[in-house]
Amino acid sequence: MITEPLLRMTGIGKSFLGVRVLHDVDLDLYAGELHALVGENGAGKSTLMKVLAGVHRPDDGRIELDGTEVSFEHPLRAQRAGVSTVFQEFNLLPERTVAQNVFLGRETRTRGMVDERAMENATAALLDDLGLEGVSPRSKVRHLSVAEQQVVEIVKALSHDARVISMDEPTAALADHEVEVLYRIIARLRERGVGILYVSHRLKEIFDLADTITVLKDGHRVDTVAAADTRPAELVRKMVGRPISSVFPDPLEPHGDRVGEVRLSVSGGGNTRLDGIELRVHGGEIVGLAGLQGSGRTEIAHALFGVDRFTRGEVHVDGRRVDPRSPRQAVRAGLALVTEDRKAQGLLLEQSVLANARLVLDAVLPFGSGRRARRIPGLLSSLELVARGGHGQEVRYLSGGNQQKVVLAKWLATDPSVMVLDEPTRGIDVGAKQAVYTLMRELAAAGVAIVLISSELPELLGMSDRLIVLDDGRIAGELPGDAGEEDVMALATGASSPRHEEAAP
Amino acid sequence: MTRAVSVSKNLRARTGTTGLVYLALVVVLVLSALLVAFQGGDLFTAANTVDLFTRSSLLGFLAIGQTLVILCRSLDLSVGYVAALSTMVAAITMAGDPSRIVLGVGATLGLAALIGLVNGLVITRLRVNPFIATLGMGLVIKGYLDTRFQGPAGSVPSEFQMFGLSRVGVLPISTLVMLALAVAAILFLRRTRMGLHMYAVGGDAEVARLSGIRPELPLIAAHVLCSMMAGIAGLLLASRFGTGNTLVYNNGYELEAIAAVVLGGTYLLGGRGGVAGTVAGVFILATLDTVFNTLSMDPFVKDVLRGAIVIAAVAVYARGRHARAAVRLRFPSGGAPPSAAGPPEPPSPPPSPPAPEHAARRGER
Repeated sequence: MITEPLLRMTGIGKSFLGVRVLHDVDLDLYAGELHALVGENGAGKSTLMKVLAGVHRPDDGRIELDGTEVSFEHPLRAQRAGVSTVFQEFNLLPERTVAQNVFLGRETRTRGMVDERAMENATAALLDDLGLEGVSPRSKVRHLSVAEQQVVEIVKALSHDARVISMDEPTAALADHEVEVLYRIIARLRERGVGILYVSHRLKEIFDLADTITVLKDGHRVDTVAAADTRPAELVRKMVGRPISSVFPDPLEPHGDRVGEVRLSVSGGGNTRLDGIELRVHGGEIVGLAGLQGSGRTEIAHALFGVDRFTRGEVHVDGRRVDPRSPRQAVRAGLALVTEDRKAQGLLLEQSVLANARLVLDAVLPFGSGRRARRIPGLLSSLELVARGGHGQEVRYLSGGNQQKVVLAKWLATDPSVMVLDEPTRGIDVGAKQAVYTLMRELAAAGVAIVLISSELPELLGMSDRLIVLDDGRIAGELPGDAGEEDVMALATGASSPRHEEAAP
Repeated sequence: MTRAVSVSKNLRARTGTTGLVYLALVVVLVLSALLVAFQGGDLFTAANTVDLFTRSSLLGFLAIGQTLVILCRSLDLSVGYVAALSTMVAAITMAGDPSRIVLGVGATLGLAALIGLVNGLVITRLRVNPFIATLGMGLVIKGYLDTRFQGPAGSVPSEFQMFGLSRVGVLPISTLVMLALAVAAILFLRRTRMGLHMYAVGGDAEVARLSGIRPELPLIAAHVLCSMMAGIAGLLLASRFGTGNTLVYNNGYELEAIAAVVLGGTYLLGGRGGVAGTVAGVFILATLDTVFNTLSMDPFVKDVLRGAIVIAAVAVYARGRHARAAVRLRFPSGGAPPSAAGPPEPPSPPPSPPAPEHAARRGER
């Protein structure tokens, strides 16, 4: 690069409660460049972004924008200076309109009064500019899909005339076709000379998008490389400090009694969002549910678990008809569901590791729970849970990967016959992903029937023995575990069967 | 296509709860009229109409203020005490002298604003839960009133009694003032930054903060305005009684105001709702009171009915909100047959996608 960097961060250090989370981190970002920030969870990526966003103040180091030193005491200062951040948790008000959200805090005024019309027009112009006419500035954010909400966040950043936009795991909640929309938006942003700082766990995206990659590990900058000069395997090695031979562990020798038996079967399952669901999962088998975001994958998990139950059809577990009408019945029947949203649906964040791990036992299976609970410490240590404060530590202080291990322990303690895992590796680091994969293999070998839901196709293909592809609430087809990504996408997008498709973002 | 869908959704969302509240008001009026007519009376006599409007003005002042506070995800339990204190301040300051009316009104509103400011500061600076902070403030005022005064005090000049007693046709002046303030509050909430920021702070204070709003300011402003509205309610009471009266606080105005706000469709957890709904909520409660009065109903039964209606109304809104928040129904007919025990249904197609049927299903949606 010959030009001066748009943004230069030098020697950034930050501690929380005496724990140093960033050590002397340097980072340069050029106009029109996409600079990816990678590292395991807890490597300091989010903290670095928050320092840039003005959420946290750095203890050491300096931030320069266009060669002048800046200090962001408040997120607003960063935004005014042209540095906007799209956080993983959206900062939107669901009850307000898109335009009200975009202009929140600096509403357009004419003659002293807020001018909604002007705000809506400006928002519409920005949306059009990104090629997104489908989102109305007058819709309430509550009515938008996750992908659309993300677009609103980006539009909000643009409305500040942002020159630097940092994005924290922008694709975490997006399905593949929505990711493409994001790619297009990113391309537009770069054409405008916006510098983008991009955090993601998905290496494919990073190699698709990034010009430069900075690897962080335990708060240190390990390396900064041009994307063209490195390979995924090398990058992973830098992130974890060790090479990962094969990402997905091979199936283990089955040893459980129930391997090969049909442990879960659904026939003719349907409700308002699903129809004609036929599903048979054998002990020792991992069945992947593929499909676009909103195609009905999570809905199946919820229906099986009695959250939004099937109103038609039958559910059998181990040959017994159960038709769960509530999660409580589902647990009793031997089902376990690792929910998609760990923080909101999987854990009591303010309670201890142990309390969380005992939760289901105590709530649903009180008899003999003492005996089963005695296994919990063993389960937790076999999952290699890292909690500095021991099992009494509040779960909210754990990293994403360790939180997920607590969720897994909670369900393993119930000895489930059927385990449904909804996005079990979302937002967790490479090491923890490995632990989850290994655990799935072990469970399968012990005869548990596993249903895996994931938005990451390589993960689904790598782990599943069979794939069920969903499209718009119905099963679009079944594929063997060694199918290609294109086959899955063809079924999931309906490309293999002709149909009248309307524009449904 | 998508735009049309989202616009229609938007329209529904906009009229949403407020439309529902006004519909409920009409239903309540019609039912009440029928009920009274059935008993051989007439709900819409001039006397009854005046009574209805008179009731609505006092509650209206309190509820409009309370709406602002609740929108910010706060609460003010001190308004009844502030109103009681205000009657005393107004009556004692005016001391029956018409030339001191302006001074009395100013002192009353100034003191009320100060109390609101203290409420707001205690909640934002000392981080005391609003429930406790305003309850404590109410008790402080009550204690002061109880120790300092042994009964009515001061006197309101007859000119100022016009505010409480005179009217234009069937519309009391106080109701007109209340409606004017309601319109002002609606404009404030929709057309000023501070108003919009109240929704933001109530919706999610952290989002507001990250958007550059200082979340304390709208909250403090809401408390100041709420207290001032309670001050106006006190002025109205003083002008009706002709004197200051400490025992006003026994009437449970704060809870009635909260009931009116909630009945008006404002979300008790903040960020959603508005004054337009509150006004309808006030009129619904006032209508009920007028009806109960016309029918000379036992006051205890009255309270039972009022409580039941508020709960029922909120249950209806909660249901409506749930339905609107729900994701689109792909197979709306599917919910009909209760499943669990019944035999499995035949119509489900085989698992592989039969293309023509697929298309037909999409078409009918």
